[in-house]
Amino acid sequence: MNMIVNARKKLVVVGNGMAGMRTVEEILHRAPGMFDITVFGAEPQPNYDRIMLSPLLAGDKSFGQIVLNSLDWYAEHKIELIAGEQVVDIDRARRVVTGESGTIRPYDILLLATGSNPILLPLPGAQRPGVMCFRTVADVETMLAMAAPGKSAVVIGGGLLGLEAAHGLNLRGMEVSVVHLMPTLMERQLDASAAHLLERSLTQRGMSIFTGANTESLDGEGEQGPVQSVKLKDGQQIKADLVVMAVGIRPNTNLAKAADLACDRGILVDDAMRTSDPAVFAIGECVEHNKQCYGLVAPIWDMAKVCADHITATAQTSFVPVATGTRLKVSGIEMFSAGVFMGDETTDDIVLRDAARGVYKRLVLRQDKLVGVVCFGDTRDAGWYFQLLKDEEHLGDLRETMIYGPVAASSDPLESLAHLPDTAEICGCNGVKKGAICTAIAEHGLKSVDDVRTRTKASASCGSCTGLVEGLLKISLGTGYSAEAVKPMCKCTSHGHDEVRRRIKGGMLKSIPAVMQALEWRTPDGCASCRPALNFYLLAAWPGEYVDDAQSRFVNERLHANIQKDGTYSVIPRMWGGTTTAAELRAIADVVDKFNIPAVKVTGGQRIDMLGVKKEDLQAVWRDLNAAGLVSGHAYGKALRTVKTCVGSEWCRFGVQDSTAMGIALEKATWGSWHPHKVKLAVSGCPRNCAEATIKDFGVVATEAGWDLHVGGNGGIKIRATELLCKVTTEEEVMEYACAFLQLYRMEARYLERTAPWIERVGLKYVQEKIVDDAELRRSLFEDFLYAQSFAQVDPWAEEAGCETRGQKYNAMAEMV
Amino acid sequence: MDGTHNAKHFVDVGALEDIPPRGARTVKTAHGDIALFRTSDDDVFALRDQCPHKQGPLSQGIVHGASVTCPLHNWVISLESGEAQGLDVGCTPRFAVKLEAGRVLLALP
Repeated sequence: MNMIVNARKKLVVVGNGMAGMRTVEEILHRAPGMFDITVFGAEPQPNYDRIMLSPLLAGDKSFGQIVLNSLDWYAEHKIELIAGEQVVDIDRARRVVTGESGTIRPYDILLLATGSNPILLPLPGAQRPGVMCFRTVADVETMLAMAAPGKSAVVIGGGLLGLEAAHGLNLRGMEVSVVHLMPTLMERQLDASAAHLLERSLTQRGMSIFTGANTESLDGEGEQGPVQSVKLKDGQQIKADLVVMAVGIRPNTNLAKAADLACDRGILVDDAMRTSDPAVFAIGECVEHNKQCYGLVAPIWDMAKVCADHITATAQTSFVPVATGTRLKVSGIEMFSAGVFMGDETTDDIVLRDAARGVYKRLVLRQDKLVGVVCFGDTRDAGWYFQLLKDEEHLGDLRETMIYGPVAASSDPLESLAHLPDTAEICGCNGVKKGAICTAIAEHGLKSVDDVRTRTKASASCGSCTGLVEGLLKISLGTGYSAEAVKPMCKCTSHGHDEVRRRIKGGMLKSIPAVMQALEWRTPDGCASCRPALNFYLLAAWPGEYVDDAQSRFVNERLHANIQKDGTYSVIPRMWGGTTTAAELRAIADVVDKFNIPAVKVTGGQRIDMLGVKKEDLQAVWRDLNAAGLVSGHAYGKALRTVKTCVGSEWCRFGVQDSTAMGIALEKATWGSWHPHKVKLAVSGCPRNCAEATIKDFGVVATEAGWDLHVGGNGGIKIRATELLCKVTTEEEVMEYACAFLQLYRMEARYLERTAPWIERVGLKYVQEKIVDDAELRRSLFEDFLYAQSFAQVDPWAEEAGCETRGQKYNAMAEMV
Repeated sequence: MDGTHNAKHFVDVGALEDIPPRGARTVKTAHGDIALFRTSDDDVFALRDQCPHKQGPLSQGIVHGASVTCPLHNWVISLESGEAQGLDVGCTPRFAVKLEAGRVLLALP
């Protein structure tokens, strides 16, 4: 007989989710090498962060970003992962588990972390295709496959999970309705006032909310046809291509029950997380401890620690549930709730309402202690309240000012931040805790908010916790921290350009007043510096959706002509790639004569400039030019100006490629696009470079082998030659790289920053990583550009000249003689 | 409103709706062009349509709060006083203007 003795005990974990793997991590931390570990997972993926399914659905995260333990991690710790195989039997007498494919593993200690199952309401029609739950990555994939702009989704259940699902589907462009049985949303976390504000915010985002609504049936064709609508008990019918049920979860006890372990609602465990069999532990959403089941992550992390202490026999701890707080992961909606938020006859309330700002705070006090908190619209102080609640702090004098937060309570705002425990959540969007941020600052020598953002994701989404992150940097680095020299956009705000752009996207801000409201602008309607910038940022962020604000445009872009020192205007029609025809020249000559235009000049961008046109003549001038097929040249805008070309291989004896045709194609694709500043392109047909492509924002120079692409040139006050981005071979590539480059520039550069200083700031390497190395990103930037162009390519001259009411701005309102 | 102007001097020059909010329109007069500004609060102001700096058309500037920024060199002019703001020095003449039942009434000196 073979007598190899394996000194290590065998630990088998059933369930490859957050609870089970956190326990394994805690075990490895306490006693590395103590066990041979095998993990069974029913899902095929490695362990991922289930809390982040909502951001995954919303498109804020990719699956890679929510993986908690990569496959490498399992290998590194010599853990056997059997993913995609469900355990079907536990033989407690022989201490052996069996998987559905027949895999058998013996154990000394068994840990059950089987989690919970979503509740599928037994409604008529629940079996129809298109009806689903929201629980796993596979569910998200199914939803994304069905989500298409314009299609309808109904989410049954207006609790935390349901609303996050609704938000995600809404962001994916679906028409979303939420059907909730109770009279107010999230009644387990919010009182009626906060729920009302929440409902209002969701309605403003375009969702329809049905409260007090009981679902009758899910209807479709025949018995098995896909779902088409949801019928409510009161007879209302809601269109639905997709129905998501998010009405709750039920501990998954099937396996434990089959093995005759004591179960009630969940698998019964003692304070050590041990089941009725001393060799079997259980943890997470599948357990019931003191008649209580758990679905939030904080108490489950506590369970993991206790469980690991006992499995490794390193400490005799007990699981004691503590109060937990809830946040809604819907970017732009700030909500926090904890404890006894409803109050009763033994409690007092302190309430603050600021309806205009959409802020509501309610503190529930019992005698001298805080026992419940609800914050809506402003959760900056939620961490502080939650700590007071958990510590059962005697409030004393704090009571008078605490509703205004720790800043009012303490003379030093940093002090309250310093007093927060490491477990206090700083970034609600990404679930980053204070401890994680401080550790990252210390371990990686982080110096700036951007460093912290890259390393921990804190404040990387909606950005509302940026101030807190900054505070932690101050506390950690002391005098070593010099506040970043973030230059505010203008005197109206303390925020820099990048922050404003991030908040516009993250906070779903879609109008100038919404930005000013959310970012607490100091002036009622901004100034001549920030308004054009905001108008551009909104236009770039929400193509096809944002309504351009003419009053926030500089005069040139409002009147589609270039104001001159005497108050007259210059008019420059587009000449594609610098080419023109006899008919166009004749039309220009006629316009010059007819309107007595005093000067005509050829520009540096190969166009013809008519100078000295009177404002009241503009519309008539355009009408005549339009009639000859001439359109606006955008020579007045922070926009694509010109594509300059040489004659190229068509005529030139040196030309190696058809630079004129390439230039015309580029101009046809890019005209009408708005940018942080003016943008000029050029295409040269050979390296002699007669089109001066190497001082343009994007320059193309033909070679025998194809095309050299150059970026970041500038011929203005500060001359800068381009840098070589890369070499490509086909015209299609030139087009894709050019459009992707322009899109990256328009989405990331600051208003009034040309490509040259932008590239000097971010580095050529950064641009190459995005445009050259990452083909997928380049493709998606290209597509984003084309999508935006589908709304932008409208000739403003034709629009203005053909519209009576637009005439107002070119003419006097009255004459008084 | 400037009390020295008698009501009979006021002339109806158009409806408030004819001026875009946070924008301006002009009225041609013997005193040169006059710019009528409408703020986001629907207040109306009248200034000579010339920046005190280089005579830029103030009516074409961006209106913010009770100020306008000249389109030529970004001088900021107070709509209430006509004075240049900040470090710039200069003043644009004001004219009496009032709103009655949605109509804009302008008085010339």
